Amino acid sequence: MSDLTASPQTVPQDSGTDAENRPIFVQEDRILGIAKSTWPGILAPIIIGIFALGFWEWIVQYRQIPHYVLPGPWLIAKTLVADWGTLSGSLWITLRITFAALIAAVTVGVALAIVFTQSKWLEMSLFPYAVILQVTPVVSIAPLIIIWVGDINLSLLICAWIVAFFPILSNTILGLNSADHNLVNLFQLYKANRWQTLRYLRLPAAMPYFLGGLKISGGLALIGAVVAEFVAGSGGNASGLAYRILESGYQLRIPRMFAALIMISVTGIAIFLLTSWISHVFLRKWHESAIKREN
Amino acid sequence: MTTGAGAGHKPRPLVSIRDVSKQFANGTIAVRDVNLDLARGEFVSLLGPSGCGKSTLLRMISGLGEPSRGAIDWPTSAHDAAGHAEPDLGFVFQEPTLMPWATALKNVMLPLTLKGVDKRDAEATSANMLGLVGLKGFEGSYPRELSGGMKMRVSIARALVTRPSILLMDEPFAALDEITRHRLNDDLLKLWWEQRFTAVFVTHSVFESVYLSQRIVVMAARPGRIMADLTVDAPHPRDELFRTSAQYADLCRMASNALGKAMHG
Repeated sequence: MSDLTASPQTVPQDSGTDAENRPIFVQEDRILGIAKSTWPGILAPIIIGIFALGFWEWIVQYRQIPHYVLPGPWLIAKTLVADWGTLSGSLWITLRITFAALIAAVTVGVALAIVFTQSKWLEMSLFPYAVILQVTPVVSIAPLIIIWVGDINLSLLICAWIVAFFPILSNTILGLNSADHNLVNLFQLYKANRWQTLRYLRLPAAMPYFLGGLKISGGLALIGAVVAEFVAGSGGNASGLAYRILESGYQLRIPRMFAALIMISVTGIAIFLLTSWISHVFLRKWHESAIKREN
Repeated sequence: MTTGAGAGHKPRPLVSIRDVSKQFANGTIAVRDVNLDLARGEFVSLLGPSGCGKSTLLRMISGLGEPSRGAIDWPTSAHDAAGHAEPDLGFVFQEPTLMPWATALKNVMLPLTLKGVDKRDAEATSANMLGLVGLKGFEGSYPRELSGGMKMRVSIARALVTRPSILLMDEPFAALDEITRHRLNDDLLKLWWEQRFTAVFVTHSVFESVYLSQRIVVMAARPGRIMADLTVDAPHPRDELFRTSAQYADLCRMASNALGKAMHG
């Protein structure tokens, strides 16, 4: 009892809250809108890249490597500018297929995830087929899809969608099922109906998982679009970047091949940055991944 | 302190627990043959060691989990078409259990939103409730920006925002430090004194149960059962003066003895 009677000294007399115990968040200085600690992460790879390009250019010049074996970065840059007309048209086509596939993947993935979490029976019966679709290499079914569908753009879209949709489906299912058990109980106590539980609890809880899936699917949609076009191998004016690479290979226009390759890589990086940014916008207010704590 | 506060001398109880037992699927008997009446407006603590079924009993009162045997009746509450009672209750979990993606205000609004209350009314009521738990000015804060005690305050505000007739609390302050717990105990008592809901408070702390309650139900483990029903006849409102009084020390000793007897036979 003695420790209890001694306690009044340590208990403040005001009835305030323990607001002084709130966690402390780091407020960082920003240069050009980017936090100071992020700058090394941006600058270091750029500097390495510049050195690597310089070395590449130097070795090509010094060893007199023919440009149909390995073109230097300067020649590639010139080709990129010279062939911009053809290449940008192809880029646009690849982009269209990629984003259409990604939108379809998000729509179907999220819709299926919601349906699966509402009915265990549907999930048990259909989920294995989603897995089969995922594990079958898209190169091996692309020819079939092209034969069945006929329209080449639609075939490419379907192939890219098959590759992109699974991460969204499986991540969203995981997210919808990962709502705090006590919060689920709370919703039961207040007699929330299914729609309310979905709208106010399960969907927000699934958000970080869905966005994680979106980041993976963004890259996969591009890969799917490119791989499918390789398989299709169809030419003409309305072809994407993959066909430009094939075509340049046949014609031994290696600088142009590199230029198309670079455009695909840059597109992939841009998609990654875009999905990361979307993720940041949705989560920065509340999710642990978006904050820095002072220890 | 007197033992065995009879159920007969009060008008119809708010909750009437009759011969309730709960056996889990793995065979564990969590609660056996519990009989308990809770009067409207009283502050009752369920005190016992871990594994005595006090949380299980609380969850059954809330409607989360049916008793295996016996019945929990709400003689004065509304019932739905199927004859199930629909008591207006609030529940505070051991953890704050807030939605991390929603602000303090939105978290408190949740029960009203689920009931379909007009958004403006819900906002006004919830902001007012946040003020009552001492969090005026923190409406727009997200849970991660709040301290442990403040999160618990939001949780209490959410439980009380519907003005329930009974507030069920499952060791709500167990994870908090001593100072914060004392403040929250004081503020909880103030809210109870002003709003006159029935409070059922699960705890394993003798001191906390004596400080808060008018009545302490002492439980024993294996199987979970009620061992004693103590009346704490110290007047409310209670404050620091009571916490340091000889009367409080005496009451704590008696409750402690009852708990000791419950645990060691």
